[in-house]
Amino acid sequence: MKIGAPKEILEGENRVAMTPDSAIALAKLGHTCVIESGAGVKAGFSDVAYKAAGVEVVKTASALFKAADVVVKVRGPKPKEARMLRQGQTLISFFWPAQNTDLLDTCKAQGSTVVAMDMVPRISRAQKMDALSSMANIAGYRAVIEAGNNFDRFFTGQVTAAGKVPPAKVLIVGAGVAGLSAIGTSVSLGAIVYAFDVRPEVAEQIESMGANFVFLEFEPTQDGAATGGYAAPSSPQFRKKQIAKFREMAPDIDIVITTALIPGRPAPKLWTEDMVKLMKPGSVIVDLAAERGGNCDLTVQDQKIVTDNGVTIVGYTDFPSRMAAQASTLYATNIRHMLTDLTPKKDGTIFHNMEDDVIRGATVIHEGSITFPPPPPKIAAIAAAKPKEKLKELTPEEKRAAETAAFKEQTRNQVGMLVIGGGLILLAGLYAPASSVSHFIVFVLSVYVGVQVIWNVSHSLHTPLMSVTNAISSIIILGALMQIGSGNWLVVILSALSVLMAGINIFGGFMVTRRMLAMFQKS
Amino acid sequence: MEYGFTAAAYVVAVVLFIQSLGGLSGQESAKRAVWYGIVGMALAVATTLVGPGAGNWLISLIMVAVGGVIGWYVAQRVQMTEMPQLVAAMHSLVGLAAVFIGYNTHIELGRVMGMDEAARAALDGFAALVAHKSGAEISILRVETFLGVFIGAVTFTGSVIAFGKLAGKVDGKAKKLPGVHVLKAGVALILLLLFVYLQSGSSLALIAMTLAAFFIGYQVIMGIGGADMPVVVSMLNSYSGWAAAAIGFSLSNDLLIVVGALVGSSGAILSYIMCKAMNRSFISVILGGFGGPIGPTMEVTGEQISIDAEGVAAALNDADSVIIIPGYGMAVAQAQQTVSELTRKLRAKGKTVRFAIHPVAGRLPGHMNVLLAEAKVPYDIVLEMDEINDDFSNTDVAIVIGSNDIVNPAAQEDPNSPIAGMPVLECWKAKQVFVSKRGQGTGYSGIENPLFFKENTRMFYGDAKKSLDALLPMID
Repeated sequence: MKIGAPKEILEGENRVAMTPDSAIALAKLGHTCVIESGAGVKAGFSDVAYKAAGVEVVKTASALFKAADVVVKVRGPKPKEARMLRQGQTLISFFWPAQNTDLLDTCKAQGSTVVAMDMVPRISRAQKMDALSSMANIAGYRAVIEAGNNFDRFFTGQVTAAGKVPPAKVLIVGAGVAGLSAIGTSVSLGAIVYAFDVRPEVAEQIESMGANFVFLEFEPTQDGAATGGYAAPSSPQFRKKQIAKFREMAPDIDIVITTALIPGRPAPKLWTEDMVKLMKPGSVIVDLAAERGGNCDLTVQDQKIVTDNGVTIVGYTDFPSRMAAQASTLYATNIRHMLTDLTPKKDGTIFHNMEDDVIRGATVIHEGSITFPPPPPKIAAIAAAKPKEKLKELTPEEKRAAETAAFKEQTRNQVGMLVIGGGLILLAGLYAPASSVSHFIVFVLSVYVGVQVIWNVSHSLHTPLMSVTNAISSIIILGALMQIGSGNWLVVILSALSVLMAGINIFGGFMVTRRMLAMFQKS
Repeated sequence: MEYGFTAAAYVVAVVLFIQSLGGLSGQESAKRAVWYGIVGMALAVATTLVGPGAGNWLISLIMVAVGGVIGWYVAQRVQMTEMPQLVAAMHSLVGLAAVFIGYNTHIELGRVMGMDEAARAALDGFAALVAHKSGAEISILRVETFLGVFIGAVTFTGSVIAFGKLAGKVDGKAKKLPGVHVLKAGVALILLLLFVYLQSGSSLALIAMTLAAFFIGYQVIMGIGGADMPVVVSMLNSYSGWAAAAIGFSLSNDLLIVVGALVGSSGAILSYIMCKAMNRSFISVILGGFGGPIGPTMEVTGEQISIDAEGVAAALNDADSVIIIPGYGMAVAQAQQTVSELTRKLRAKGKTVRFAIHPVAGRLPGHMNVLLAEAKVPYDIVLEMDEINDDFSNTDVAIVIGSNDIVNPAAQEDPNSPIAGMPVLECWKAKQVFVSKRGQGTGYSGIENPLFFKENTRMFYGDAKKSLDALLPMID
């Protein structure tokens, strides 16, 4: 099959869906690649580089759409592009089918198959083609860099000859992929990072990245697993607490990066106008949710503004595109993984397996009909979180009481055992002849010694212990040796056999133990 | 030689035996300890040969020599993976010897009882000892003999079946025991036979009891499945000790009693440790099979994701710390050498590699330690469950090689799981877990393992040795 990547026609879009590296990997799947001239220039990939990777370069978009069997793109097609699609052609790109029903109809009318990269289900197997995550990762990183660019102080605290510099305090709202990426970046720049998320289960992830989780005293009501790992709208009470907490933090925070999005809804307003007013001059807010209206009241989409009290609010929506080389590399790899799954035999023929959860989920138009929305995947993205049982903290008194009770219990058990055991022995002593009792004493003492000695045996030496006790238990040979001198021939034969068997055991047991012990070596 | 000298020699031998067991507390002292055992045994045998009551020197020496040669030969040839079978086979020999010696006592007793006063006085050796016994002592002797034969017989058939199961000659699956009624009837029968034997000294009663004991040994071990074998083997070890002790009572030989008691308690403790490691009572292991689940077990969701050698190699090359969890599957595939080679390579690159050993991994207590030692894995990186369980959360990669139940998170998470409460290795806390496993089956216990479905688990399907061999050249 021929895979083709056209030039992105949306203004300001610098990314490209195919890189020379991904083209080489695609060739290994048996595909040939074609690209529109100049498609990769803004991302730093020249036509020459593509040619060197064995990619055919065509002059115009229409030529490319004609040549390619599979068209790969970053942005969803514009109507102009959609009309160039033809029967049997496959388009792979971001699509946002829920928001673009008209486009969906247009593509359907063209008879092409459409795979939406934004619809890849969030399951482990599909992570390698999760373009949303790879783009969010870049956005999170870039957000910190943009903030730093507009923030005229160090991130890290320093004590220099010229004075002390306090570290910057960064608050990240929403710890999704972008949020975590922003946390990682700002932590490594040396800032003090706080992070907040409505999903309590991400607290661990936040702390593992080196940030402080902003803790809200609230009964957890939502389970992120139910929504495929995304956040869901929170209750009014929760929201009230959350806003109050933010208001309390606002005067202290130098940089706010908001990434809170709820799928299929406008971005929640989390950073209100009065909070912006509370912030120090020179502070920066980067709103990654600007495309959906922004988490901050004052955000202006695609613009950077400075408020009256000197707070910079960055509302760009094209963070991944601002790092086009990196973004293109990752996106092209996501696309390549998608094509790998679509080419199961690696023979250059596409097999669109609608039974496959990932392919089914991402496909929005197939064989002339709209297949969106997909049925829920057969497997849940994340195992349902179990309600954690709270262990009751014991007071010192209770602890002491428990300890005393345990001690008493132990004493009672031990005394009971001693009384019963002693009683039994005394009873035996009443009736048994003296010689037997003396043997019995020897027996009991030996058991006691045995227990004390064996407890100390190292666990790793249990097998040698067994083989050595095996050898030692052949002490039974003594019995046979004592009887072999008997006058009865049957006794002699049985004794001789016993001696033989015990002999095997003695030599075998000790030998094999020595062999094993010799193998234990220290490094 | 005098009786006093023999007794003194026995005391020395006992001390040596205790030293020999006590020395097993550490790998280095153990190498010395085994010599104590050998010297003790030599001393005991030699003094018995020259002591009162022994005779037929020639036969004794020939038999010891022949047995010694066989034992030596077997010990040299046996593969370390075959240790469980060997140990079971050796237990059966002790059991059978105990039965024979018990019968001898019985025969001698009958012979001596039939003699008149003058002939008794002329007796020497063991028969003379018997001849001096009073009426009550004769009764006790009969009880002791009966007991010795009974334990010996159970040990014998039990060990033979255990050997068969371990060697794969008998189906390893647990056979359901006949109901409790049959067991009760068996106990009643044995008691009845004991009573008859006490009254009459009848050979028939003794033989009937022996057959019954053979059958009991067979039944009990047939009812126990593969993964419970560590308990079975240590239990049989214990029995062989008790058999020796019972024989010691009947022969009035203190050394036999002491050593029998030492071995018996050693085996009992091992069984106890094994049962505790599985969070099951000794009774439930012996009665075989798992009890029915208390409620519906937790539904396992998710999918098992497989990975190829390349992926595992990439993760290992990136990892700083690795923990390997071997199980019976490693022994079956004979993969210990490859595992050792892998360890060597990873360690040479400066990575921390450690082994986590669950007490019941394998088919014998300490089985994995011996296999790893054979493959020259240094013992100081081979750690027990309690030593390493807390370290999994700081570990990059955990590799599970052929173990299943001992890494099953259901034991902690699902109160209705058949293995609920069993201490397990918490390998799922590592950043990444690779499970080398033959196929998707549930293994011996038939319990679904949620570990295989976890987000950070990847299944590395295939024979352990072949998969690791494929992996080895990719580590650089």
